[in-house]
Amino acid sequence: MTTTATRGSDTGTGHQAGPVSLAVQSSGLTKRFRGGQVAVDHVDLNVPQGAVYGFLGPNGSGKTTTIRVLLALIGATAGTHRLFGQPMPAAAATVLPRVGSLVEGPAFHLHLSGAANLARLDAADRTADPKTARRRIDGALDQVGLGAAAGKRVRAYSLGMKQRLGIAAALLQPRDLLVLDEPTNGLDPQGTREVRTLVSRLAEDGATVLVSSHLLSEVEQMCTHVGVMHIGKLLWQGSIDDLRSQQSARAHVQTVAPTNAVDVLERLGLTAVTRNGGDVSAELIDQAPEDVCAALVDAGVPVRRFVVDAPTLEDVFVSLTGEGFDVSG
Amino acid sequence: MSAVDAMLAPARPQRAVSTRFMRSELSMVFRRRRNQVVLAVLALVPLLIAIAVKVSSPHDNNGGPQFFNHITQNGIFVAFAALTAVLTFFLPLAVSVVAGDAVAGESHQGTLRYLLTVPVTRTRLLAVKYAGVVAFAFAATATVAVVGVAIGLILFPGDTVTLLSGTSVSLTNALGRLVLVVLYITASMAAFAAIGLFVSTLVEAPVAAIAATAGVAIASQILDNVPQLHAVGPYLLSHWWTSFGDLLRTPMETGGVVHGLVVTLVYVVFFCSLAWARFAEKDVSS
Repeated sequence: MTTTATRGSDTGTGHQAGPVSLAVQSSGLTKRFRGGQVAVDHVDLNVPQGAVYGFLGPNGSGKTTTIRVLLALIGATAGTHRLFGQPMPAAAATVLPRVGSLVEGPAFHLHLSGAANLARLDAADRTADPKTARRRIDGALDQVGLGAAAGKRVRAYSLGMKQRLGIAAALLQPRDLLVLDEPTNGLDPQGTREVRTLVSRLAEDGATVLVSSHLLSEVEQMCTHVGVMHIGKLLWQGSIDDLRSQQSARAHVQTVAPTNAVDVLERLGLTAVTRNGGDVSAELIDQAPEDVCAALVDAGVPVRRFVVDAPTLEDVFVSLTGEGFDVSG
Repeated sequence: MSAVDAMLAPARPQRAVSTRFMRSELSMVFRRRRNQVVLAVLALVPLLIAIAVKVSSPHDNNGGPQFFNHITQNGIFVAFAALTAVLTFFLPLAVSVVAGDAVAGESHQGTLRYLLTVPVTRTRLLAVKYAGVVAFAFAATATVAVVGVAIGLILFPGDTVTLLSGTSVSLTNALGRLVLVVLYITASMAAFAAIGLFVSTLVEAPVAAIAATAGVAIASQILDNVPQLHAVGPYLLSHWWTSFGDLLRTPMETGGVVHGLVVTLVYVVFFCSLAWARFAEKDVSS
C-alpha cells in the first residue's frame, strides 16, 4: 500500500498516476541510541512533493528522532535519506536553506526580543540577503501574528507566542519544504486554526509540508498524506483517502425489532453484524447506506435511528497498531 | 525533472564571504549582561590597586607582588601590576565563563538545533564561537590594561619609564610594550579558550563546562607549583603566562615569550581539533 521509490533517483511511482517527485525519501533509516534503544527502526519514508504529510504517532513513537535524522541533527545508525533527491547529510549545506523547520518545540535566546532572535538566525544564513532582512523578519512575524510583540523579550512570551515565533523562523525565507514538529503544541484553539490555515496556504503556494502530530483530528483536518509511526516503525503511509479505505464504514440501526434487523443486514451481505439490545450495527462493504435503510423499512423493521459512521483515523490507527493511541514505551 | 520541480523556489546562492554571523556572535557575547559584569569586575582590579598604592605610605611599597614597587615611579605600572594580579585567576575565570558557554549554552537553550538547520556547518559554528571567545579574551585583557594606564597616569607620574632592567624609555615606548603584553596574554588565553571550547562540546550544561574549564586553569597552576613535578612545568599553559615580564627589559628577552607562544599554538591546534572531532559527529538531541 505504501508508495515505492526508485532508489538513487528523485522520482518514484506513487499510488497516484504518473511519476511523483519525492521531497523526502528515506530507506531503512534506523537510529539506535548508545543505550541500545532503537528509536527509529528501518523507516522508509516517502513524502511526495506538494503533499501535506501528517507524521502521526503517539508521544515517544520516534517521530522527533526521525525528524532530527532527516535534518542531519543526529546521524543515522543505518539507512539513507534524501531531501529533494539529494543525499543527506552530504548535501545539507545546499538543501537545508530550502527547508524551514520547527523541531521539538521552539528554542530562543530569552534575553533577546523576538525580532532579534530571528535576526540572529537570518545572520547565520549565508544564503540570506542582509538588505532584505528587516522586511523578511517583519513579514514572518506578521504572518504568525506576532507583529505587535516583535520588540518584546522572548522571556516575556507565552508558550503559544514562542511556538508562533518558531514558525516565523521557518518562514524567514521562501521554503520548498517545511518540517513542523508538533506545530500546534501550546497553542489555543484560535492559534491551532491559524496554523492549519497557514499550512494550507503554504501548500497552495507549492511547498511540501511534513507535519508531525500526536493529534489524530489535527492530521485528519490538514493532511493529504499520512505516515503512522508506532514504537519506532512506520506502520503505514499513503494518502489519507487510502488510509480511510483501509476500514469500512459502519451502519448503526436502532430498532424495537433487532432480530429482524440482524436478518436483513446479513441478507444484504453486511459483515461483522453485532447486536446490543435494540442497537444493531454492521460494516458496509459496498452497499449504499440509503439502500440498506430502504431494505430495512421494506422488511418491516421499525427504524428509529439509522447512522453511518465513516471510519475515524483513530479506528484505523487502532486497527493498525492493535492498541490505543497512547504513549509508546 | 518533473513539472513539480518547476514550482520550487530557485536555489539561493551562498554568499562567498559573510561576516553577519560573526558580528551577530560578537554582539551576543558583548551585549550579554553577565559578560559585561565580568568585564566591569576586571576593570575594578587596576582601580583598586592604584588607589591602594596611592593611599599607602610612599616608603611602604618595597616587596609585594611584581611591579607594585614601580607604580609610584610611573603610572603605567598599574596596568602591568593589574595584569599580573588577574592573570592567575580572574582572567582565566572570565574566559572560562564565555568559552564554557560557547556551545553548551546554545545546546542547553536548544538554539543550537536551529542554528544547525539554518544551516550553519558545524565547522563554521565552532570557528565563529571560538573567534567570539578569543575576542572576549582580548577585550578582557585590554580592559585591565586600558583602565590601568588611565588611572595610573591620573594618580602617578607619567614621563620616563624605568624598565625592569634599569634602563629608561619614553612613555610611548612603554605603551608599545604594553600592547605587546596584552597581545601575548590574549594569545595565552586563546589557548586556554580552546580547552574551554572542547569542554563545551562535551557537556550540555553550560555551568558544568564553565566550572570544568576554570578547574583546568587552577589544576595547571597547582601542578606547576609542585616542585617534584617541575619536569612537567614547561608543558603547562600557565607556566608561561607570567613570561610577559621579559618584554619589559632592554633588550627584550624573548626566549620565554617565544617558548610560551609555541606551547600556546600547540594547545590551540590540539584542543580545537579535539573540539571539531567531537562536535562534527555529535548527535544534537537537546
